[in-house]
Order: sequence, then C-alpha cells, then structure tokens
Amino acid sequence: MSGALVSPDLFTLCKVLITGIMKIQSDAILAGAPVGSPVEPLRGVAYFLMEDWFLTLNAWMIAITIMVTWAAAIQLLTLMWMERKFYSRLQDRYGIMISIWSLPFWPFSWWAQRRNKPTHRGLGYLQNVADGVKLLQKENITPANADSAMFHTAPVLIASSTVMIFAALPFSEGFVIANMPMSLLFILAAFSLAPLGILIAGWASNNKYSLIGGMRAAAQLMAYEIPLLLAVIAVLVYAGTLNVIDIVAKQETLLASVGPIPIPNWNVFSIPQFIGFAVFATAMMAEMERIPFDIPEAEAELVEGWLTEYSGMRFGLVFGFKWMRALAGSALVVILYFGGWSGPVFVTLTPSVGGTVVPIPIPPHEVWFLLKVYFLYLVFVWVSWSVPRVRIDQILNIGWKRLIPLALLAILLAASFVALGPALGGIR
Amino acid sequence: MAEFWVNMGPQHPMTHGLWNMRVKIDGETITDAEPEIGYLHRGYEKIMEVREFQKNVVLTDRLCYVSSITWSHAYCLACEKIMDVEVPPRGQWIRVIALELQRVASHLMWLAAYGPDLGLLTGLLWALRERELFLDLLQLLTGARMNQNFPRIGGVRNDLPPDFDKYCFKVIKHFREKMSEYERLFQDSKIFLMRTQGVGKISLADAIDWGVTGPNLRACGMDVDLRRLEPYEAYPEVEFEPQVWRGGDGGDSYARFMCRFNELRESCSIIEQAVKKAPSGAYRAKAPRRAEGEGFARTEDSRGEALFYVIGDGDDRPYRVKIRSPVFCTMAATPIMLRGNKMADVVSILGSVDVCVGEMDK
Amino acid sequence: MGSPEEDLMRRLRERFPSAFTELRVVRPSVVKAVIDRKDLVEVCTHLKKELGFEHLSCVTAVDWKDHFESVYHLYSYKLGTTAQINAVIPYDDPKIASLVPLWNAARYHEREAWDLMGVTYEGNPKLERILLPKDFRYHPLRKDFPQETERQYITRRKLKTGGR
Repeated sequence: MSGALVSPDLFTLCKVLITGIMKIQSDAILAGAPVGSPVEPLRGVAYFLMEDWFLTLNAWMIAITIMVTWAAAIQLLTLMWMERKFYSRLQDRYGIMISIWSLPFWPFSWWAQRRNKPTHRGLGYLQNVADGVKLLQKENITPANADSAMFHTAPVLIASSTVMIFAALPFSEGFVIANMPMSLLFILAAFSLAPLGILIAGWASNNKYSLIGGMRAAAQLMAYEIPLLLAVIAVLVYAGTLNVIDIVAKQETLLASVGPIPIPNWNVFSIPQFIGFAVFATAMMAEMERIPFDIPEAEAELVEGWLTEYSGMRFGLVFGFKWMRALAGSALVVILYFGGWSGPVFVTLTPSVGGTVVPIPIPPHEVWFLLKVYFLYLVFVWVSWSVPRVRIDQILNIGWKRLIPLALLAILLAASFVALGPALGGIR
Repeated sequence: MAEFWVNMGPQHPMTHGLWNMRVKIDGETITDAEPEIGYLHRGYEKIMEVREFQKNVVLTDRLCYVSSITWSHAYCLACEKIMDVEVPPRGQWIRVIALELQRVASHLMWLAAYGPDLGLLTGLLWALRERELFLDLLQLLTGARMNQNFPRIGGVRNDLPPDFDKYCFKVIKHFREKMSEYERLFQDSKIFLMRTQGVGKISLADAIDWGVTGPNLRACGMDVDLRRLEPYEAYPEVEFEPQVWRGGDGGDSYARFMCRFNELRESCSIIEQAVKKAPSGAYRAKAPRRAEGEGFARTEDSRGEALFYVIGDGDDRPYRVKIRSPVFCTMAATPIMLRGNKMADVVSILGSVDVCVGEMDK
Repeated sequence: MGSPEEDLMRRLRERFPSAFTELRVVRPSVVKAVIDRKDLVEVCTHLKKELGFEHLSCVTAVDWKDHFESVYHLYSYKLGTTAQINAVIPYDDPKIASLVPLWNAARYHEREAWDLMGVTYEGNPKLERILLPKDFRYHPLRKDFPQETERQYITRRKLKTGGR
C-alpha cells in the first residue's frame, strides 16, 4: 500500500476526475437531445466528449496546471516567506508582518469593522503577493541599444527551463507529471539551461555590469556543473537507475535499528555518498546563486549583475524563479541523499467515497517530502546569510581544485564498495 | 575589447554616498582606477566666511553625519587656538566622552556598511543594533542622535546628565559581550579572511607619501595616533593603546579592518575612564566673539587626521577656513590599493578605508 | 641645544640665511615660516630630505586681497613638530611651483586649491577641477567672488527694522 496522498499517479487521478466530469456533461446532453428531436446532432458532441484521446489530453493539461500552480505559486510563496522570516530572525528583527487585514476587500464587510484590526502585526505571508502585484504594475523598460529580442527572450528561457524541471520532479511516488525512465538526467539538463539564459540576458542588456555578470555566470556554470554531475554519478553507481522514483525506492529499506528507532538506508549514511552529498550541496548552492556563490549578481560591486537592466515583471520573473530553482535544488538533494519522500505512515484512514475506498495516509509522503525540503532549504538560507560572498577566482578555485577531486573520490569509493562490498563485510 | 572602464558610482551600492570610482578592468582584474569626487560639494569653506565663529559649529556638524562631534570639536579647537581660550577641565573630559562615543558610533556605522559590501547583510543589522545604544547615549548627552551641535568654542554646550555614568557602564558592558559575536561573524569566517587578507595592499612609504592617516596608516604598522603624538583635551591623562597592526606585512584590508575593530574596544575603555575621572567644575569658558590671527588644530578623527586652519581678521567671522579631510587624502591613494586586484575587491578595499563623502567633498 | 623647535629654526636659518621673512614658534611644537614663492621647493626639499618632515598634511591657498599665500602644513612623525610654511604669491601672477615631486599627497590638495582659489601650481600633472563641475569658470574662494555678505540668518535688528 502506497503512503502517498496522490495515488497511484497524478495523471490517473486527473483522468478519473475528468472522466467523471465529462460523463456528467455527456449524460446531460444525451438526455436533453433524444433521438428524433430537432437537436439530435448534439449527441455527436456528447460522444466526442467521451472520446479517449480527448479525455487523455484534458487529463494531461489539468495535471500540468496542478503541478505548475503547486510549485510556481504555492511553494514559491511559501519558500520566499520562510526565507524572509528566517533571516529576519537571524538578524534580530521580525521581518515581514503584514496581515490579512491590510487587504482592502477583506473580510467583505464594513470599513468601520476593519479599521481597528492590526494591519501590520500578522504573519506576513501575503507580502510576497503584494510585491508581485507591485512588480506587475511597474513599467517594463528596455534599455537603449539593447538587443531587444534577446533581452526579452532571456527571462522566458530562464522561467520556462525552471518550470520544465517540475515536469519530471516528483513530490511523491504519485505526485509527478511524467515518470520517465531517465528523469534524473532530464531534471539536471533542465537545471543547467538557466545559465544560458543568464548569459543571454547579460549580453543583450547592453550594460557593463550585466555583461560581467553574464560572463561570471558562464564561468561559474563550468566550474559547478561538472562536480554536480560527478557527484550524481556516485549515486547512480549505488542505485543503478536514472529514474528518481526508483532511486528513492532503493533508499526506503532498513539500514539498522538503534533500539526502537529504525535508521533508513539513506544515501547520506554511506561514506562515499556523504562526500558526494557535500559536493552536491555546495555545487547546488552555486546553482541556486545563493550568497557565498552569488557572484553573477553580486549586488555590492555589480549592482544586480545580469538582471540590472530588467524592470517590472520581467525582473520579477527572473528574480522569483530563483526560489523555484532553490525549491528544485533542495528537492533534488532530498531525493538523492535523504530518502526522498520515504517516512513512516502512522495511520491510514480509509473513508469510502461512493463505494470506492480512498486510503488517506497520515502523514502522507508528500508531507514528509516537504518537511525535508523545507528543512534543507532553511539550512541553505542559514549558511547564505551567515557568510560573505566569495570572489570569482576563489569560486573557480573551489570548484576546480576542491569539488571535482572530491566528487571523483566519491565515485571511486562508491564503485569499489559496490564491487568489493561483500568481500569487505558489506561496507557501504 | 580587452580593457574597458566601468563606472562604480555615482549611484551604486558600493559608494556609501555620492561619488564615482572609475575602474579600468581587464576581464576581472583592475588595471587602473580613478576616483571622481565633488558630487556633494556644498561650499562650506565659503559659507563659513560669512557666518560667525560660534555659529559655524552647525555647519561643521554636517561635514560628516556619522561623526559630527569629532568635526565640530576640531573646528572649536582651532578657534580656541586663535582666541587663546582655555577649556576648563570638566569641559575637556566631557569632550573626551562625547568624542569617543561618537567614534564608536562612527566605527559601528563603518562596520555595518562593511558587512553588505562583502555580501554579509547580517553584519549590517547587528552593528546597527548596537549603534542604536550609543546613539541613545549621545542623545542623552546632547539631545540629538545626529548633528548634535554639541561642542562650543570654549567648552561644551551642556553638562553631563544625571546618572550618565550608570547608563554608560551598562551599555559598554553589553557592547563588550556583543563584540565577541561580531568576532565570530567576521574574523572567524574563513570566507571573510579570504576576501580581506592580502587585498588592497599599500606600503608604509606609499601611505605616508600619499598622506594616508589615521587607522589606515596604523594598519601599515606605524604608531601614529594624534591623541598620543599631539595630545589635545584630556587625552594625556587617559590610558589607552593606539591600535596598530602588529602582525607584520600589513596595509591590507584585513589590517585596516582589525585596527578599526579593535579601536571600538579601546574607545569603550576610554569612555569608562573619562566618565570616572571627569572632575567637577565649569564645563565651558567664555569665548570672545572676535578673533585675530591664525591657528590650526589637528585631531584624530574616526577616519584619520582632521585639520582645521582658521584665519581671523578681527571681525566676528573667520577670514578663511580650510578643512583638511582625511578621506580626501585617502581617496587619492585608492588607485594604488586597487591596481592588480579583482573587481570584487573594490568593495572590500573601499569599504575598509571608510569613505565619508560629506567630509570629502566639503 | 634648545627645544626641538629652536633647533629646527636654527638649522633652517643656517641653511637658508636670507629666505625667511618671518620664522618663529607660534605655539608649542608649531614653527611658522614665511618665505617667497621662489624658495618653496628648496625649503621643502630640505625639510623633507634632511629634517624628516615626511607628512604633508595640508595645502591651503589664502586670498589676502593684495597677495596670495600658499600655506603648507608639514608634520614630522619623529619630532612631533609641525612646520607651517606660508609662501607669498603676488596677486597678479598667481603661480607657484608644485610639490608633487616631493609628496604625492600634494596632488589632490593642489588641485583643490587651484579649483577653489585659482592659484596655479606649476608642475602638477593633473590640475583639473576636482570639487566643482568641469565647466565652472570661477574660483569661488577668492574674496572678489560675489558672495552674499549680509549674514545668512535673521538677526534681531533685521527683525525689528524689517531688513534695513
């Protein structure tokens, strides 16, 4: 029995849903247009609605919509809010505190009732929405002599390549759009498309800061993609598959038990993979452009680096999608090293809906996954707000001279442990 | 396109104020640099010629908004030289207290600005948090948080408020605990050391030749504190150690950082001593309205040597006032520090020399 | 041997017997010397090379209406003594030799003095506007530069008489 809420599959759920909706519509049409009536040709529409290819297409579109809304709206806002609250506390202040009472149309009642409510003593979750609305209202300026087509393509490229990650990135064994055999390869490929967009943006802006930022992004890409992929190879040696769901399934077994507490067989608990994890996490911070490695947009010397010239929602697009990439990066680390969504399901409710038993696990695997991702993300935030930024030559030094040898060591150890494991007493 | 000029300023996160650092970069390496200043020139030297001696304190306060008292004090000292006014002992000690409080506030502002320069925004918030306490003390003493208008020719405006020593000791005790937090955030961080050590080097001979003074010169390993060399006010009776870089091979951003950082501690102990030692009596002497002759005063400002050269012609207004700003002279030497470093080091170097545009552009 | 100031004055008098129109101790550890502009470089070279005044603190130009003065504050970290050199410049020919060959610190100070007072420092490699805009045509610190001589604040008399 699966521990995921979305079971067995996001697409199957959407298919069931859309089939039910279409069935009701089709039945209604059939009832309203009996054979022999003047509107009899409408029966063709009813049959069309129940065609399988039409249902499949609709199911895909709904699945994609659910995933994009989930990742690009809900998770994006949550991560931004968590980061802002977390580093504000780190800096001895409260951070964003706007409350729901500051909305002018809330709660749909008289002005007099709203007036005495605290507008700036809340959780602040809506602050990022307000920032987004503000960015939407701002003028979108294209600098003079900029390469206009490229300048406007770059944010689209960055945003779309980021969304593409979520086509293959699962939130549980069922909560995934496309479960392809080589989904890890797809995710990493989509991940490394964005620096291309950054390079284009830096070149097309016709701005020296942007140009330097774009060039830095290219240099950083070279220095950090390689250890990232090498570290993944070490995982692949253990897992033997490129499918992320299978990689997580490999980690769900039991490694040992300390008294009543079972220790799962997570990758991070083995020697070579721990080295790989250190390399992967460091490289991932560079991929996310978090502070020790955010030299492409080093705001102290390059104003905002490659996104200096962007304004309005184009800026919001590239700026906001940094958090999407952060979400994808943290999720990838969790999937590869921390057992993904595996976690104990304490109780499973089995309510019956219309004669069908719908199992609801508590807590479901999606919750475990999100908890791990949030925790890891906060660790990233914690690091990035506690250290200064490194320099371009130092970042390349770290990448080429430290991380690549370490990643190679991880591969070597992993391969030898897999080959000689039984002889060495099952060491891993 | 091997090399090109990049304007860092006038509107740039690196410039704490309004000035322009033009750097010529080859890839990421700086091959040449040229500061452009004057964006904030307000013609103070001319305005002061038509205002009375006493009333110019208002202007000198605004020379540098983060260290108003030190500048006003330098001006008052120069005027006292012309007028032959002797400040009563209590006035001198109160001046020492105010000066050192202002120095701590100014250095904390520098520390706060140095954090985000290196990408460490947490440092900004933490340093401003403690600066608030010292501004509260200054407010208690002078009534204002900035532009205090506190020193007067012949003394200070008002006496110490009641229970001032109690508040002082409390704040300093708290601040000393927080200093170890800063150390963990800054000096203990490997990345901070990577960004500052060996960056922006200037040799001692060059530094003297270019007129670099104050903590920036002490970071080159030379013991030059005007509070010791040319003691003014009650400084001869205060025990303190001028903070000089002793590690050898100094003159880099890290040495400048350490000198200023340790001055925070040193200033705290000076405040403690001064609060304890301040004698009772008058805090202000009567100063004449008119003055004839010329005089100058050099003081140890938070950023280096401040010099006021005042000429009186017998009227109640100065005939000529010349302000020697330490940042103005250090700015001339920044191309030497910058050449050969990476572009990201511009912030690390210029942050460590502590630029204040108000006093630089006068 | 007297105090360092006396010693300094004695050595200066021996080296330049006729250069100084005035040479005296103004106040403790401050020696003031008034010289003509033609002796400036020689005196300053001697002060720097022989007497150890390594720090050029400040360069000021003063408009005395009938003549200019260029004032140099030199400081010796070793002796703890300041030497104030006032070099007299005729009004109709405001030119003086630059000290940039001796101290690089003079670059910015001389630029500023030229910018604001219009005294040309011959030999300064970059005598340009530094504080004022590049297209500014005047030297505002001169006394003949139009300046509101009335006080810039309201006096009691002004209030009573309505500004007369």
